Amino acid sequence: MAGEVKTKLSKNLLRMKFMQRGLDSQTKKQLEEEEKKIISEEHWYLDVPDLKEKESCIIEERSFLQCEDLVYGRMSFKGFNPEIEKLMIKINSKCKEEEIEEDDKMEADVSDEEMARRYETLVGTIGRKFLRKRDQRVLKDDDEDDEVEEGNSNTRPSKRAKKMFLKPQD
Amino acid sequence: MAAERGTAAEALVGQVVLPGDLLLLPAHYDEDAEGERLRLSAGTAPQGRLLCGPGLRRSGAGLLVTKCGLLRHRPAGGGAYWVDSQQKRYVPVKGDHVIGIVTAKAGDVFRLDVGGSEPASLSYLAFEGATKRNRPNVQVGDLIYGQFVVANKDMEPEMVCIDSSGKSNGMGIIGQDGFLFKVSLGLIRKLLAPKCEIIQELSQLYPFELVLGMNGRIWVKAKTVQQTLIIVNILEACEYMTPQQRKQALAKLSGN
Repeated sequence: MAGEVKTKLSKNLLRMKFMQRGLDSQTKKQLEEEEKKIISEEHWYLDVPDLKEKESCIIEERSFLQCEDLVYGRMSFKGFNPEIEKLMIKINSKCKEEEIEEDDKMEADVSDEEMARRYETLVGTIGRKFLRKRDQRVLKDDDEDDEVEEGNSNTRPSKRAKKMFLKPQD
Repeated sequence: MAAERGTAAEALVGQVVLPGDLLLLPAHYDEDAEGERLRLSAGTAPQGRLLCGPGLRRSGAGLLVTKCGLLRHRPAGGGAYWVDSQQKRYVPVKGDHVIGIVTAKAGDVFRLDVGGSEPASLSYLAFEGATKRNRPNVQVGDLIYGQFVVANKDMEPEMVCIDSSGKSNGMGIIGQDGFLFKVSLGLIRKLLAPKCEIIQELSQLYPFELVLGMNGRIWVKAKTVQQTLIIVNILEACEYMTPQQRKQALAKLSGN
């Protein structure tokens, strides 16, 4: 009785995001294309030959702010209103900064190559922090694997993880 | 009707132009029907688009003048032409910083008089740090320095006292005391020019605070009433004084 009728899920439900997480990319693409086809068929368009848009190079503007270089309208002198004086300094320095930025580029303290080298090792060490313990050990074993293979051939594949007591040689 | 032949825009820079004059622009600004974009002309083609400022209108082959005044030109950033005209009546323009007087409180919105044809509206949430519970303390008759966010001939102008990132940046309620007066719009633009001599000379006199609105309104506050009135008188008169007369007047004052 239980296996007879399988509840059929509606199309809308299947289209929801949480139902599509399990699908592989191919079926996802297919579904997307189907959706697009439905939309583009319903889309209305004008059956008129394409008029070429004349791109004009002139912008009309009613404001003087864009034409002239005007200062900010709120000012204070000789320390009458300290906040406004601070604001004036900030706005003026912002204007000057824009001018300076165009001129020179700041010299980097660290060269690009060194940065790349450091970053390479950094990613590995920080990434290891977030692995679970088992994965960490496996990763470390892999590292040791590479190192040891070049060196001596003493191999104990299964038991290498365990640290055995090393008897001191007489 | 015979079409008027225009004159080259570059020839008239700095001269008086009248409404109805047609200004012709260099060839590379013309719209090409065939699709050729850049024609090799003698001069270098500037990058970017030409800005057609107040007093000018785009019309077919060039720019049509709509206000009388001096034609100005700025070559940087694609170039800009505009007419430097004189007027006393302000027309709200988007982006302008103006001083408004609160005339009414209507629910969530304040009505401000900015000197235009309609009162502007200012929402109480358009102040820095304002929430529905934390309302700004604005009374009828207060002065507010803000900028226009909507300003065209079809809609009522709207103002805000914060910029796009939510900071007030000096805008908001202008404090107590002080003196508000009206001047022509041309003088305001002269005073707001970078390195304005009038402002520099005045700043040597007394400590004072100054707010300039693009709608022709100026608010001044100094330590005593007398100093405030002196500054007001100088600002009102300096529009028609020559630099020598102005320096004389200031020298007399600083001698006092």
